[in-house]
Amino acid sequence: MVLGLRLHSALYPSWGLACLLPRSFASCPGKSDSCLTMPQLGLLHRRAWASLLGQLRRPPGAVCIRVVHSHSQVAEATLTSQLKPHQEKSNFIIKTPKGTRDLSPQQMVVREKILDMVVSCFKRHGAKGLDTPAFELKEMLTEKYGEDSMLIYDLKDQGGELLSLRYDLTVPFARYLAMNKVKKMKRYHVGKVWRRESPTIVQGRYREFCQCDFDIAGQFDPMIPDAECLKIMCEILSGLQLGDFLIKVNDRRILDGIFAVCGIPESKFHAICSSIDKLDKMSWKDVRHEMVAKKGLAPEVADRIGDYVQCHGGVSLVEQMFQDSELSQNQHALEGLRDLKLLFEYLTLFGVAEKISFDLSLARGLDYYTGVIYEAVLLQTSARAGEEPLNVGSVAAGGRYDGLVGMFDPKGHKVPCVGLSIGVERIFSIVEQRMKNVGEKIRTTETEVFVATPQKNFLQERLKLIAELWDAGIKAELMYKNNPKLLTQLRYCENMGIPLMVIIGEQELKEGVIKLRSVASREEVAIKRENLVAEIQKRLSES
Amino acid sequence: MAERAALEELVRLQGERVRGLKQQKASAEQVRPRRQGRGQSKAEEDRAGVVCTEIEEEVAKLLKLKAQLGPDEGKQKFVLKTPKGTRDYSPRQMAVREKVFEVIISCFKRHGAEVIDTPVFELKETLTGKYGEDSKLIYDLKDQGGELLSLRYDLTVPFARYLAMNKLTNIKRYHIAKVYRRDNPAMTRGRYREFYQCDFDIAGQFDPMIPDAECLKIMCEILSSLQIGDFLVKVNDRRILDGMFAICGVPDSKFRTICSSVDKLDKVSWEEVKNEMVGEKGLAPEVADHIGDYVQQHGGVSLVKQLLQDPKLSQNKQALEGLGDLKLLFEYLTLFGIADKALEEKVRTTETQVLVASAQKKLLEERLKLVSELWDAGIKAELLYKKNPKLLNQLQYCEETGIPLVAIIGEQELKDGVIKLRSVASREEVDIRREDLVEEIKRRTNQPICIC
Repeated sequence: MVLGLRLHSALYPSWGLACLLPRSFASCPGKSDSCLTMPQLGLLHRRAWASLLGQLRRPPGAVCIRVVHSHSQVAEATLTSQLKPHQEKSNFIIKTPKGTRDLSPQQMVVREKILDMVVSCFKRHGAKGLDTPAFELKEMLTEKYGEDSMLIYDLKDQGGELLSLRYDLTVPFARYLAMNKVKKMKRYHVGKVWRRESPTIVQGRYREFCQCDFDIAGQFDPMIPDAECLKIMCEILSGLQLGDFLIKVNDRRILDGIFAVCGIPESKFHAICSSIDKLDKMSWKDVRHEMVAKKGLAPEVADRIGDYVQCHGGVSLVEQMFQDSELSQNQHALEGLRDLKLLFEYLTLFGVAEKISFDLSLARGLDYYTGVIYEAVLLQTSARAGEEPLNVGSVAAGGRYDGLVGMFDPKGHKVPCVGLSIGVERIFSIVEQRMKNVGEKIRTTETEVFVATPQKNFLQERLKLIAELWDAGIKAELMYKNNPKLLTQLRYCENMGIPLMVIIGEQELKEGVIKLRSVASREEVAIKRENLVAEIQKRLSES
Repeated sequence: MAERAALEELVRLQGERVRGLKQQKASAEQVRPRRQGRGQSKAEEDRAGVVCTEIEEEVAKLLKLKAQLGPDEGKQKFVLKTPKGTRDYSPRQMAVREKVFEVIISCFKRHGAEVIDTPVFELKETLTGKYGEDSKLIYDLKDQGGELLSLRYDLTVPFARYLAMNKLTNIKRYHIAKVYRRDNPAMTRGRYREFYQCDFDIAGQFDPMIPDAECLKIMCEILSSLQIGDFLVKVNDRRILDGMFAICGVPDSKFRTICSSVDKLDKVSWEEVKNEMVGEKGLAPEVADHIGDYVQQHGGVSLVKQLLQDPKLSQNKQALEGLGDLKLLFEYLTLFGIADKALEEKVRTTETQVLVASAQKKLLEERLKLVSELWDAGIKAELLYKKNPKLLNQLQYCEETGIPLVAIIGEQELKDGVIKLRSVASREEVDIRREDLVEEIKRRTNQPICIC
C-alpha cells in the first residue's frame, strides 16, 4: 500500500463527509406507495431521526465512505455544495417519481431468483445476451406503437439529438438487426422499459418496469422457432410454480380473414381488434355493445364476428375452421390455419400441447404482429367445482413480426422475427405476496460465517482471521466495533440468518484453535487453526 | 416537381389532422375513463362512435394520398445509430460484462452486502444542487405535464434519498446500474454518456477505520480477481491536505482550487502544476514551492510516521487527525493482506452444451422429441431450424459457436435404440443407449471442457 499526498481521481478521500441527504425534508407523508418503511436494524424514532439529519446538514460526521468514484469533479462538486451555505426548502418531499419504486434488499432477492430462472431457461435454448441503451433517437420509436405513442417518455431538447426512453425491447432489437445487418440471431434481453401509463400499483402496473424478452430473427423453415418460443414460455411458467396457466394462440391472418368474411372494412381493423381484445375482461354482450355503439359497426356484422371470436379449443378447432365454408375461401385465413396446424404438431412433440388454446378472441395490442400471436394467463382454480377458472391476468406474450426490421433497413430488407416477453413485474408481485402469506423469511445477504470474539482488544485477531476466510472465498462478516459484546454478535447472526460463527479469544489463541459454532444449534467445537477453512467448507457443502 | 411538393404538403397536413383527432379522442378518454360499456349516456356513445368513424375516414384519406406519392414514401430518412455517447452491448461484450460483474458481485456478497435498485430517473429537485458545476451535464426529461424528472447522474444521491426515505442509519449495500451524463464522450477512453457504475457503500456510525479498511480490501480483491495487471491504490486524507495547505500559507478561499491543481499531478508534471497555481490561480511562488515539498512525497506507513514527526504539520489539528486515522488504517490493511485469482476461459456468447443433429433427411420429429427431453432435463441444447439440415452444416455450427457435444440421430441408430454422442473437440463418437443419454451428457459436461 502506498500513501500518496495527492488526490487521486479514483479514490474518494476518506474524511467526514456526510451522505448527500437533502438539506431539509418533510417526514414521509402518510403511507404513499413510493415511501417504503423497512424493518431494519437501526430504525430510529422520528424525533431522533430529525436530530440526526440536523447534524448531518453540517458535516462532519463520518457517514458514507465511497469505494469507486469515476469522476473526481463530482467528488469536488459534492464537497463544494455541502460546504456552501444553503437555504431551507420547507416543502421538499422525498419520494420516487410517480409510478416508480426502489427495490429493497428483500425484493431484490426475489427478483434475482426469478430472473436467474428465466435467463437460465433462455440460455438453455441457446440464446445470446444483448443490451441496448435506455434511450433511442426519437425518430426510431415514432410510428412503431400506434396509439400508444403518446405514452412514450421524451427527453428534453437540450440542444442535441431528440431522444426518447425505450418503450419495449422489440423495437431496439429490430434497430440492432438493421444497423448491424444481422440476418439471423437468437437473443435474450432483460431490461427496464418506460411507459407514461396510469400506474395501478395494486395490479403491479408501473411506469418503469422490467421485461425479459427472447426473440428469434431469421428466415427458417416454418413454425419451428415459433414452437420453441411457446415451449420456453411453458418451461418458465412451470418452473416458477405459479400454478395452472394457459397460453392462448391466434394468428393475425386468421383475424384478417374473419374480419373480411364478416364484412368489416380494413379501416376499422384496429378499432374492432381492440374491442375484441377486451373479451378476457368483459362479456361478449358488453364488447358487442361497444363495437356497435362506439365504433359504428352494424349489428349483423357484430353478430357474425361473435360467432367466430367466442370460439376456443385445441387442434380440433383448427380442423373445424378449415371446414368453415366461408373462412376456408379466404387466403389469409388459410395460411394462418395451416401454420397453426403445423404449430400444434410441433407443440405435441414438445409435450406442451395441452397448455395451448387456439382462441379466436386473442387480438393483442401492438401493431407490428404479422402472424401467430400468443398470450399466457395464470388460472386461479375456483373453490367450487364446475366453475370457469378465473383469469388473473396475462404474465407473458408475444408473436411473429416479420415486417418490423424492414421498417429500419434503408433498403427495406425484411428479417422475419418471432419472440416472447415475460411480464416479470406481475410475477414478482405474485411471488412476493405468496412469500408474505406464508411468512417466509428472506435472507438479504449470503454471509456464511461471522467472525466474533468474547474479549476486549481482539480486533486485530478478528481482522487477520476474516482476511483468511475472504481469501479462501468464504463469505464472512465482522462487527465494526473494537470491542463488541458476544451477545450482540450472536443476536446479529440470528437476525441475519448467518449459519456459522467462528470465535476467537485468549484461550483459543494459546491452544492454536478456533471455536466453530453453529448458530442454529448453538453447538460449539474447537477446530485447529490450520483446519478451519476446510472444516467450514465441509459444513457449508453439507447444509 | 412542384406537383410532388404540393402532394407532400397535403400528406403532411392530413397527417396532422389525423393526429389532432386522435389526440382529441385520447384526452376525452383520459378525462372520462372507459366504463366498460355500462352507464354511458346515449349522446356520449353516439359522439364517440362519430369521432371513431371520423378518424377512420381521415386515415383512409391519408393513406390514399401517401399511395399517390409512390412506394418511396414512408421509408425512413434517418441514420441507423444509437444516440451519441451510447452503444449496444453485442453478445460478445455481454459475455465479458457478465464475467466481470460476477467477480465484482461475488466479492460484494462475500463481504455481506445487500443489494438495492432505484429508478432510472429521479424527481428533478432530488438531484438539484448536488453536483455543483456538473449539474449542466444532467439529462432532463421533457415536461409532459407531470412531475419534472431527470436521469440519475450517479448512484450516491439516489442512495442518500433511499436512506432518508426509509429512515435508515445502518446499511451495507451494493448497487450496479447505469448512470447518465451529457458529457463529451471519448469512446476510445471508455467515456460514454450512458455507463455502468458498481457502487459499494457502508453507511453508519462505527469504530474508526474498520469499514474504510474493508472497502480498500474489497478494491484489492476485485482488481486482483479481474487480472488486469499490477495495480496501486493511492490513499490520502482531506484533513491532511487541508492541514498542509494551511501551514504552507494557502489562503482559505483558494483551498478548493489549489486542490484541483494538485489533483492533476498524476497526469502532468510538477512544473506545469506549479505554473497553473502561480500563473492562473494567483498563488504566491514560495507557497507553491512549500506545497511542492510535501506533495511530491509518497511512501508506505513510514511516510505517515515521518509526517507525524514533521514540526509544522504536527501542529495542525486537522492534519493530526487525518494522520492518526491513516496510521490506524495501515495497521488494519496489514492485517488484511491481499487476495485472489481468476480462471481464464475462451469467451463464448452462448452456453449451449449439446446440439441435436440428424444424419439423414426426415428426422425433424425425432430431433424435436430429443431436444425437448434434454431441455426438460435442464440441459442447454439447440437444434437447427431446418427440416433437413446437412450433417456437415450442423457440425460446422458447433465449431463456430463452441458447442462441445453433438447428439446425432440416424436411421440405423434409431433402429438400434442408440444416439451417437460426438465430442466436437476430439471428433470422437460413441453410441449411447437412448435411456442413458441424459446421464452421459451430464457426466461429460461436469468435467472441465477443453474449448480449443
